[in-house]
Amino acid sequence: MSILPLLDIELAALVVMVAFGTIAARTLFAAVVSYVAYGLLLALVWVRLFAPDVALTEAAVGSGVTGVLLITAGKRLVPLRGGLPQAKVGRGLKLAAGLVAVLATAVLSVAIALLPDPAPSLAPQAAAAAAGPGAGLGNPITAVLISYRSFDTMLEKVVLILAVTGVWSIGRSADWGSRPATLGKDASAPPMALLARLLVPLGVVIGVHVFWVGADEPGGAFQSGALLAAMWMVMMMSGLSEPPRIGGRSVRLALIAGPAVFLTVGVAGAVVADGFFAFPRSFAKPLILFVEAVMVLSITVALPLLVAGPPSREAEP
Amino acid sequence: MIASTLAGFTGAALVGLGLYGLIIEPHPLRKLLSFNLVGSGVFLVFGIVARRGASGSYAFDPVPQAMVITGIVVAFAASALAVALILRLYAETGGVSLDADASTSASPNSDASG
Repeated sequence: MSILPLLDIELAALVVMVAFGTIAARTLFAAVVSYVAYGLLLALVWVRLFAPDVALTEAAVGSGVTGVLLITAGKRLVPLRGGLPQAKVGRGLKLAAGLVAVLATAVLSVAIALLPDPAPSLAPQAAAAAAGPGAGLGNPITAVLISYRSFDTMLEKVVLILAVTGVWSIGRSADWGSRPATLGKDASAPPMALLARLLVPLGVVIGVHVFWVGADEPGGAFQSGALLAAMWMVMMMSGLSEPPRIGGRSVRLALIAGPAVFLTVGVAGAVVADGFFAFPRSFAKPLILFVEAVMVLSITVALPLLVAGPPSREAEP
Repeated sequence: MIASTLAGFTGAALVGLGLYGLIIEPHPLRKLLSFNLVGSGVFLVFGIVARRGASGSYAFDPVPQAMVITGIVVAFAASALAVALILRLYAETGGVSLDADASTSASPNSDASG
C-alpha cells in the first residue's frame, strides 16, 4: 500500500477546485491566472496517466500560451473594464445550467465506469510502426506522430496556417501588410526586459534540447516549438522585439516550411519508399529529424503570430 | 488503475464545470475560457482510454496520446481565432455582446457598476 492513491485523490480534488475558481473568479484577470494554474495541475494528472508528452504540451500550449493569449486579449479590451456585458443571469437560468452541467458529468461518468474491459488498443500497431517504418525512434508518441499517423500531424500544421490566415483576415483591410499591435503597452518595464535577457537564452537551449531528445524520450516538435514560441513572446512582451510585419516573405516562408517539407517528403515516400508518407528504412531517422526540425520552425513562428493577432496600423511607429 | 479511473471522473467533472461557465458567463473571453475547460476535460477522458489501452511493453496506447497532443494545439489555434473575432467585434461595435440590446445600452464608457 503506497501513498500514491491518496495523492491522486488530492490532485484530482485540487484540479476540480481550481477549475471551479476559474469559473467563479470575479475578474477576467483572476480567471485567466487561475486557468494557468489549472493547466499546470492538469499536467501533473497527465504525468500520473503515464503521458509525459501530453503533460509537456498541456503545460506549454494549453496553459502557458493560451494564458498569454487571454491576458493580452483582456488588456486590449481594457476600456470595457467592468462595463459590459452585464446581462443579468437569473436564478432560473443558473439552475437550468447547473442541471445541464450535472447531467453531462453524470452521463460521462457512467460511460467511463462502463468502458469495455479488455480495452481496445492500437498499441501493438503503434509498436510495430515504431519498430518498422518509424525506424529508430525510442519515443512511441513521436513514432506515432511522425510515422504511424503522419498525415494527421501534417494536416494539424495546416490547421495552424489556416488559423493564422484567419486571424490576419479579421483585421481591417486598410491595415493589411502592417504589424500586429505590440503585446505589452508598458513594454519597456525594466524588470520585464531583465527577465527576457536572463530567461530567453536559457529557454532556447531547453527548447532545442526538448526537440533533440524527443526522438527517444518525452519531448518532440510540438513541445519544443511551444517553448521556443514562448521565448519569442517573452521578447515581444518586454519590448525587445516587435511582432513581424505580416507581409514579410521570411515570415510566410517559415510558416509554410513545416507542412511543405513534410508533404514533399511524404510524396517522395510514395516514389522512393513503400508508399505515401513512408520513409526509406536506411535513412529514416535523419529524415524524420529533418522534418521535425522544420516543423519546430513553423510552430515557433505560428504560435506567437496567433497571440499577436491581426495587423493594426496604429502599431506602426 | 485507480489513478486512471479517478482522472476520468475528474475529466467528467471538468466538462460539467466548463459547460456551466459557458452558459452563465456573460463575458465572451470567459465563455472561451470555460470552453477550454470543457476541452481539457474531454482530453482527460480520452487520456484514460489511452491508459487503459496499455498492452505489451507500453504502459499506455500511444495513438490516443498523440491525438490529444494534436488536439491541444488545434484547440489553441481555434481559441486564437475566437479571440481575434471578439476583438474585431469590439473594434466595430464598441461592445462584445452578440445581444443587440446589450451592445447599444452598454457603450465602452458606461458605468462600471454594471
